[in-house]
Amino acid sequence: MDMMSDRIADRVKQMKGSGIREFFDIAQQMEDAISLGVGEPDFVTPWRIREACIFSLEKGYTSYTSNWGLLELREALSDSIYKETGVYYDPEGELLITTGVSEAADLALRAMLNPGDEVILHEPSYVSYNPCTVFAGGTTVCVATGVEDEFKVRAEQIEEKITERTKALILSYPNNPTGATLSRKELEEIADVANEHDLLVISDEVYGKLTYEGTHTCFASLNGMKERTVLLNGFSKSYAMTGWRLGYAAGNKELIEAMMKIHQYVMMCAPITAQMAAIEALRCEDEVERMVSEYNRRRRVMVDGLNALGLSCFEPKGAFYTFPSIQTTGLTSEEFAKRLLLEEKVVVIPGSVFGACGEGFIRCAYAVSQYEIKEALERIERFLTGIK
Amino acid sequence: MKEELKEKQKEVEILRVLEGNARLSDAEIARMMGIKEDAVKAIIAELESKRIIRKYKAVINYEKAGIETVQALIDVKVSPERDTGYDSVAERISRFPEVQSVRLVSGEYDLSVLVSGKTMQEVAYFVAEKIAPLEQVRNTLTHFLLKTYKEHGEIYGEEGQGKRLAVTL
Ligand SMILES: Cc1ncc(COP(=O)(O)O)c(C=O)c1O
Repeated sequence: MDMMSDRIADRVKQMKGSGIREFFDIAQQMEDAISLGVGEPDFVTPWRIREACIFSLEKGYTSYTSNWGLLELREALSDSIYKETGVYYDPEGELLITTGVSEAADLALRAMLNPGDEVILHEPSYVSYNPCTVFAGGTTVCVATGVEDEFKVRAEQIEEKITERTKALILSYPNNPTGATLSRKELEEIADVANEHDLLVISDEVYGKLTYEGTHTCFASLNGMKERTVLLNGFSKSYAMTGWRLGYAAGNKELIEAMMKIHQYVMMCAPITAQMAAIEALRCEDEVERMVSEYNRRRRVMVDGLNALGLSCFEPKGAFYTFPSIQTTGLTSEEFAKRLLLEEKVVVIPGSVFGACGEGFIRCAYAVSQYEIKEALERIERFLTGIK
Repeated sequence: MKEELKEKQKEVEILRVLEGNARLSDAEIARMMGIKEDAVKAIIAELESKRIIRKYKAVINYEKAGIETVQALIDVKVSPERDTGYDSVAERISRFPEVQSVRLVSGEYDLSVLVSGKTMQEVAYFVAEKIAPLEQVRNTLTHFLLKTYKEHGEIYGEEGQGKRLAVTL
């Protein structure tokens, strides 16, 4: 047989694997490391939710569901979205339950892109958007955001990148890795650009409930945006349900229908156990509030601590990440992360992983206990003294 | 009015934080809440002086510590008194150091009393000698505690927490 690598599809082969696989492997295996490299809550899913799932299993709910997801879940979700954002989605046709926001993002891109279509993506950003765009036959056009703008993408930056091939814009706020959020006014300016240039918008609001200053504005709630926006959200972050793999897409009927067409052949449906649990999750807003206020306390301790160490850190207003600058150390973000891991056993993620403009920064998650934050800060302090 | 509300929210948050971990320093609490250390000090001093914060205690798993104690919940049925209702008898029972808590409850009996001692016998004698004979007490029912699963919001059994990956992007 010929070399297997010759038989792998070009678009997959050409997709850059993460350059720092090796570093991640060491990090995953190091026993007594403190990890600020996590991208998920440290809370276990609230017991009420787990218990509802166990009960559903006892009652024998183990079958496939409708391709769209359980109607009861879609109805509850429609109510909850309406209550929170004022946007109404018809549970029959405008809402699709998916296996995580991950699948929903992939479906949205595949449903809208023709070969060569361009998608505008602000960076630094979550790592999946670019590969999913490319796998769907599109190309990403990146907009670099910087710390001077608190990592907010500005409407005119988006406008500058628009060409005849521009099909869609991806918006991802509160942002992973920076924790940046956009105000209603800033979103409105972007909405104007989307209107003027007839763009589709994929708005990933998976961290929306984790907003600590001001309130989260759902992009689809802005004037005229519901029709051109695919709203992506899920249960992973706000309900501490990452392993359940449950999310959803909401938007224009035809577009959601197109996404459903793909979903029905590749996924069939989201797991019923997770869907049963999600129905209960929507009744657990108190638990969400409890977790959010704890994240908020950790956020303050982490931001203060990093700033005190001279790793200047703008104030993140959402998600559970801080994105301090490490430029004063003279190291690249990858060198910094590697040496910090080897010398002091603290895992942080080099900002460059999230786009070239993330260079000079590291992502430190505060979805860890107060004790771990304290210990990690002490270790980072020792590390910084050592490299001076 | 808005200021007052904010002050109230700070008070409530400090109480919640302390309830979770009473050993945090004022500086640590201040950092968590994004307010000044002096403000935390002042609020806690006020809560203490108003006796809203009664004391700072550890939640101890005595079984694990290998310290033998016996506890019993006593259902007590009492005849309320004309002027003081249940208060005077409840306060009287409260004064015994063997008594850990006294609560007025709805239902078949009136007071729920938690008593602790070194042995079952000691607890049983205490109930027979000090509580049952009280004039207002009509009836007692003793339940010895066999095992504690959760105390003050703390689950004693270790929860099998799955290990998260050290890196997720
Ligand atoms: C911005 C963003 N979107 C989506 C996801 C994936 O979410 P899900 O677990 O719902 O697939 C993540 C996970 O890290 C994320 O950070």
